[in-house]
Amino acid sequence: MKKVKADPKGVLTGAHYLDGDHSLAEGGLAAGCRFFAGYPITPSTETAERFSERIPFVGGVFVQMEDELASMAALIGASWGGKKVMTVTSGPGFSLMMENIGLACMMETPVVIANVQRGGPSTGLPTLTGQQDMMQVRWGSHGDYEIIALSPDSPQECFDFIIEAFNLSEIYRVPTFVMTDECVGHMTEKVIIPPAEEIELVERKWYKGPKDKYLPYKPDKDMIPFMVKAGDGYRFHTTGLTRDERGYPVINAECQDFCVRHLVDKIKMNADKIIKIEEDQIDDAEIILISYGITSRVAIKAIQQARKAGIKVGTIRLITVWPFPEKRIKELARKVKAYIVPEINYGQIVLEVERCAQGQTQVIGVPHCGGGVHNPDDIFKAIKEALK
Amino acid sequence: MKEEERLEEKSPIENLLRMDRIPHIWCPGCGIGTVVTSFAEALRKSEVDLDKVVVVSGIGCTGRVAGYVKLDSFHTTHGRAVPFATGLKLANPELKVIVFSGDGDIAGIGGNHFIHAARRNMDLIIICVNNFNYAMTGGQVAATTPRGANASTAPYGNFEYSFSLPYLAEASGATYVARWTALHLRRVTKSIQEALGKRGFSFIEVITPCVTLYARRNRLGDGLNLLKYYYDKSEIQHGADTRTLDISYQGKLIVGKFIDKEKPTFLDCMNEHLAKVLGNKYQPYGVSHD
Repeated sequence: MKKVKADPKGVLTGAHYLDGDHSLAEGGLAAGCRFFAGYPITPSTETAERFSERIPFVGGVFVQMEDELASMAALIGASWGGKKVMTVTSGPGFSLMMENIGLACMMETPVVIANVQRGGPSTGLPTLTGQQDMMQVRWGSHGDYEIIALSPDSPQECFDFIIEAFNLSEIYRVPTFVMTDECVGHMTEKVIIPPAEEIELVERKWYKGPKDKYLPYKPDKDMIPFMVKAGDGYRFHTTGLTRDERGYPVINAECQDFCVRHLVDKIKMNADKIIKIEEDQIDDAEIILISYGITSRVAIKAIQQARKAGIKVGTIRLITVWPFPEKRIKELARKVKAYIVPEINYGQIVLEVERCAQGQTQVIGVPHCGGGVHNPDDIFKAIKEALK
Repeated sequence: MKEEERLEEKSPIENLLRMDRIPHIWCPGCGIGTVVTSFAEALRKSEVDLDKVVVVSGIGCTGRVAGYVKLDSFHTTHGRAVPFATGLKLANPELKVIVFSGDGDIAGIGGNHFIHAARRNMDLIIICVNNFNYAMTGGQVAATTPRGANASTAPYGNFEYSFSLPYLAEASGATYVARWTALHLRRVTKSIQEALGKRGFSFIEVITPCVTLYARRNRLGDGLNLLKYYYDKSEIQHGADTRTLDISYQGKLIVGKFIDKEKPTFLDCMNEHLAKVLGNKYQPYGVSHD
């Protein structure tokens, strides 16, 4: 993979006081995103506003589309036009994007989508927080596929993770998501934007061979096919239908096997390279608390309480939520008395932890239906109960 | 003639087709192929750089066009060809982006995208093959089915009002609007040529028989007869008021070029407006090439 430095035009180097939403936009600009298509939706709109305000001075396009179906379709078109592209949304908009997220997966198109989550289902809680789209991001479009999703817990991480998301999206040619939430989106904190030369970006894996030999979906050694862009004379074809290496539709079980296996395996086989988790005091832990996003910050108080009470609590923070760090969760399950999984939904990632724990330890969810963050006492209570 | 000799006969538009994908899936008597021929002919005559021509299709019978043309081509999701094309065009304004799709795709499921792209005067050419029904799925009623016609989901006849696509296109802001039948080969070619030669949102509707479904269900005869019927029922009225273009069941078809005007495109407006408001600090974007 070819690494390049960020284009200084998009990088607002310095120490800023930004909320998570604005930080997402700055991260995108720093990562070289020059095309943003979106539709207003609370609590994510500020990202689109910031991008539309800044892009005229950087050189690029902001277009407010007629809905999220169109935003997502425009993103895929623009990515094939050679641009780095992003959008932002929240629950209801995310649901509308699902159709073309499937197309982006099938066409193996780099796109970055930030979801500033709010409480659902349906219109739910437009202005209040939630972590309720964590399964939707993984399974929301029809068919079998894999995506990458990261979960930031601060405005600084909104900036950092968008850049990381762009890099992962370019490397693996897959939709990559930054799954934040209303709390982080509207939380204002210090955000350090480094100088452009310190921001490392990955260049798209451009095909450079003979024009008549180009095969859009022939996996390279690292499983990722080379990409070209429209207008460069390759006269290639791609489709949302099950397709062969040439990008031509082939409607049979054999080609479906080639196609789907590839879409899934390119992420699964590279999962160790993609997954990032943060561990703390794991070695002698009797309880491990697994969390992500804003909930990791709320849990800090509960962990302090528990440690004060003499309970050995370790923590795992999921930076990458998808692909799920199943190996590590499986490995540690044998060593601890319980996994505690607080999250702002009625139990989503806890199911994944249960799956990986394989009955080797108890898995205790601490659900919160959304509209606010946990009371740390509830998490502490769950820790105490796990030891009974 | 020996078999080998016959096989060597080449289609004059072969260089524009993916011959490794022929034969195509369209039914004998379907008009989509003739529209593709007109399109290929228009490309040849207008001498555009074929490396810069991109075809985007949605889903449906006409949606398959993207898979047969030897150009950069995208077969996208149902109804989303227009916003996909919008992203492509904005990412690389050098491209000539043509959306080739059916009435169900463009005016049914994609209707909202269609009117908004026209409103923005997005620099796109929309070739809409109208066969009055959802053919790929078996002949269901569409937003374009004339009242009184039968369809598989309107088994007792359609009682809904239908869209007049040129009227919709003009009202939404299109700068070029034409309608022909598939048998108006040279007229369709000329319209596509004209659209290729200008900037802005161009809309070309081509009325086409769906021989297998619409024609059979309504007992309208075979493809060739229906093709000829539409042609004979058509009346050329260039510049006709688009409010008068409703299509009734087996009634008169007013065809022609209705709108051909100049108006700054989305990117023209964006560049002009932001340069005016922001001055030198504005970074002009992808100044369009003609």
